[in-house]
Amino acid sequence: MLNKFPLWKNLMVVGILVLAFIYALPNLYPDDPALQISHENDPITEVDLGMATDALRAADMGWFGDEINSNGGLIRFANLEDQLRAKALIEQTLGSGYIIALNLAPTTPGWLRAMGASKMNLGLDLQGGVHFLMEIDMEAALTRRMENTLSTIRQELRAERIRTRQMSVTGTDSIELRFDDEASRTQARSLIREGYVDLLVQARERDGQFILDLTMTPESIQQMQEDTIAANQTTILSRVDSLGVSEPVVQRQGVNRLVVQLPGVQDTAQAKRILQRIATLQFHLEADVGAAANSYTVYDYQGQSIRVDNDVILQGDRISNVRSALDQYGQPQVVINLDAQGGEQFNRVTRENIGRPMDILLNETRTRSVFRPDENGVLVEEQESYEESRLISHAVIRAALGREFVITGLSQREANDLSLLIRSGALAAPMYFVEERTVGPSLGQENIEQGAKAVAIGYLLVTLFMLYYYRLFGVAAVTALAINVVLLAAIMSIISATLTLPGIFGIVLTIGMAVDANVLIFSRIREEIAAGLSPQSAIDSGFSRAFGTIIDANITTFLVAMVLFTVGSGPVKGFAITLMVGIITSQFSAIMVTRLMINTFYGGRQIKSLSIGPSIKALPTDGPNTI
Amino acid sequence: MALIKNDIDFMSLKVRRVTGSLSFVVIVFFLITIAVKGFQLGLDFTAGTLIEVGYQEAVNPDDVRRQLLDNGFVDATVATFGSDRDVLVRLPVADMETSEMSDAASSLGIEVLEVLSANSSTPVELRRSEFVGPRVGSELTEQAALAVLTAMLIIMVYVAVRFQYKFGVSAVAAQLHDVIVVLGVISLFEISFDLTTLAALLAVIGYSLNDTIVVFDRVRENLRIARSSDTEYIINHSLNQVLARSFVTSLTTLLALWAMFIVGGEAIYSFSLSLIVGVSVGFFTSLFIACNFLMYFKVSKEDVAVLVRDDSELDSTP
Repeated sequence: MLNKFPLWKNLMVVGILVLAFIYALPNLYPDDPALQISHENDPITEVDLGMATDALRAADMGWFGDEINSNGGLIRFANLEDQLRAKALIEQTLGSGYIIALNLAPTTPGWLRAMGASKMNLGLDLQGGVHFLMEIDMEAALTRRMENTLSTIRQELRAERIRTRQMSVTGTDSIELRFDDEASRTQARSLIREGYVDLLVQARERDGQFILDLTMTPESIQQMQEDTIAANQTTILSRVDSLGVSEPVVQRQGVNRLVVQLPGVQDTAQAKRILQRIATLQFHLEADVGAAANSYTVYDYQGQSIRVDNDVILQGDRISNVRSALDQYGQPQVVINLDAQGGEQFNRVTRENIGRPMDILLNETRTRSVFRPDENGVLVEEQESYEESRLISHAVIRAALGREFVITGLSQREANDLSLLIRSGALAAPMYFVEERTVGPSLGQENIEQGAKAVAIGYLLVTLFMLYYYRLFGVAAVTALAINVVLLAAIMSIISATLTLPGIFGIVLTIGMAVDANVLIFSRIREEIAAGLSPQSAIDSGFSRAFGTIIDANITTFLVAMVLFTVGSGPVKGFAITLMVGIITSQFSAIMVTRLMINTFYGGRQIKSLSIGPSIKALPTDGPNTI
Repeated sequence: MALIKNDIDFMSLKVRRVTGSLSFVVIVFFLITIAVKGFQLGLDFTAGTLIEVGYQEAVNPDDVRRQLLDNGFVDATVATFGSDRDVLVRLPVADMETSEMSDAASSLGIEVLEVLSANSSTPVELRRSEFVGPRVGSELTEQAALAVLTAMLIIMVYVAVRFQYKFGVSAVAAQLHDVIVVLGVISLFEISFDLTTLAALLAVIGYSLNDTIVVFDRVRENLRIARSSDTEYIINHSLNQVLARSFVTSLTTLLALWAMFIVGGEAIYSFSLSLIVGVSVGFFTSLFIACNFLMYFKVSKEDVAVLVRDDSELDSTP
């Protein structure tokens, strides 16, 4: 019993440790607060970057490490305050079209990055930011779809000269068509069967009328839900991009929900405005003095009542591009471009109405929660969408307008919001917020510090105890424990798992529990010594006999962690991840690494005693171990 | 000097009627507590809005309550959180109906911050704000219950397959015992029960199970190698053998947990406290309760006879 690992095993353990240290290393380099500058269409040039840095120099602000990389321009700052001030400054300097995103720039040395080593992600509870859970109103989407289907069926039947008596959407997923005679119905039926494979067609008669019931097949409903959620995800993603967030997350959850995470976002209200709103523009003329009362609507505009004609002269869907900019006097304005047809139409109307005021209405579809009593008198939450129209511009037409024109008289924020909203398009189905969590940046920082402190103190206490109780073997155990934390950090970084505050507490718990494997082994060794085995045999026997127990005990804990991972969300998932990874790494560190250290110290030589603390008294001779 | 005397003859099963009765009384007591007092459910389960703000100087919660009342937040609960400069405001779901200040229930956090900022001479910092809709709240409640049940079931199946069904049922009974005690303490001391508390509860199940498995593993090993068929003696002897290990592991885990409890502050109070209670109880359970169930189910040598190839046994042959 020499207690020596073969060379390959030693090399393997050492190799894994070296890799673990390398891949855990990036976590020691703190990120620099930075601004990422990009442009909607064009790549960022030295000139753009120069303008930004000149503005910073003029404002006497510190920065460093400005560079142009594959994502655009990057400027680093010493602290978060400078970063925020610089963002406002650079946004003003560069103007519209540029997206200035708050970012954290890695300071990892190039050789580490070349090896693909990177930090673990921090959860929102550690870096601050907003988490939204948005639910898609699938019923509304379905109803809208049925209404569209009905209108195309109506057109087709008309084109084929098939006469109908009545056509209506009767449920969220069904349409009813009524005919006076069977011949029409048969014609319609074959037409629909051919053209609409996603509809189930059933015929019935009632009160002498011939009826077709059209319902969507379950597969097509499912397909539609898939499409809707994918479309909404794309739209939300583009809206989030326009917010200038460095690493946003827009993920599906379940069949009808989207998780939106915006790290570093501080203005929650702004984020919600952008995510939630569906905005369309409508252009109207002001009503004539003698206009009939039902031909106009009165809107409030800067304290005066404006009578807006109900006829729309141009719909917002003719807009091809929109951006906010500053005019020659530094006033914010929104520049709108129209498509060819819209430009022609707009030119005609404005030419005929020079000298007459034109009004622009901003229509927003928003959702709100209302609480209504159900049949039992209990208040239940319902989502309701409503339209809010606002007069945003009232100005006299000075000349015929063409394909490009501007809206002035807005505040900077209104101009930005408006151009963002129009640009980011409409959602496929209405969405509303069902969950929201915000963590301020200072709390995130505090959480990190507290977590680190808990890990350090926990480790120190466990170390003191282990050294006292197991002497030299204790040294091996706590060294393995430190290596375990490094391994855990390395694996979390490699799989780019997200570290959350509960995740850090998972690490603390792992520190407490990871020594268990060593405790089991050392207890066995003590028993074996007490039973009269030589020190070398006792070491070997202790490791091998404890092995089965360690595996059994840890697999069950691992299973529980997996349950937690599957059902948990957000921070709880973070806890489950560190727990699972911690169990795996602690097996390696407690069994292989400890063994390697003990082998190195005791292996291959004659020894009389082990430094493992007091040995256990021999077992009673009449006990069950006397075989 | 050893913390645990090596030569103590620790006769857990000799006193099993006492420990069994004691545990029965404790369980009944906590079940009644839970039935009477219920839980202080956290925002995750009740739904509603919560916001935590930081003032620059000490602030009186009564003043904050009045400011909110003046602005139409009638059902707001206000409490200091950690220090007297941090204030926690909670709004129940029903309050949103009366609030005409916002069009979406989820904007309430922002509204509250605006009210508080307007009434303070120094800046008020938003530390965190949370909104959970009623439907999400009830879903999370379902998921929580499901999680605990699934975990128990998986454990039972795994232990039954790896050991034998008597061990499986005993392990789950012991876990149930721990869960009830932890839940009882949470109820008794009115500790807030939220998603992180649930995570702690599941971690307790995992930890305590770990302890129980180590005991069972030794019982099985001794049942197999012992000539004697005196099950009580064999189990008692196994408990004596693992006593030191159980004690040391529980102690190191508790040391780490206490570090967390002291440093972590109020934010994870419920999490660390549930774990501390759970680990302490788990230690007791694995030594005094789990094996009572084995005795109750009359576990015997025949139950663990090696019928299938068992690698852990082969490995341990010196």
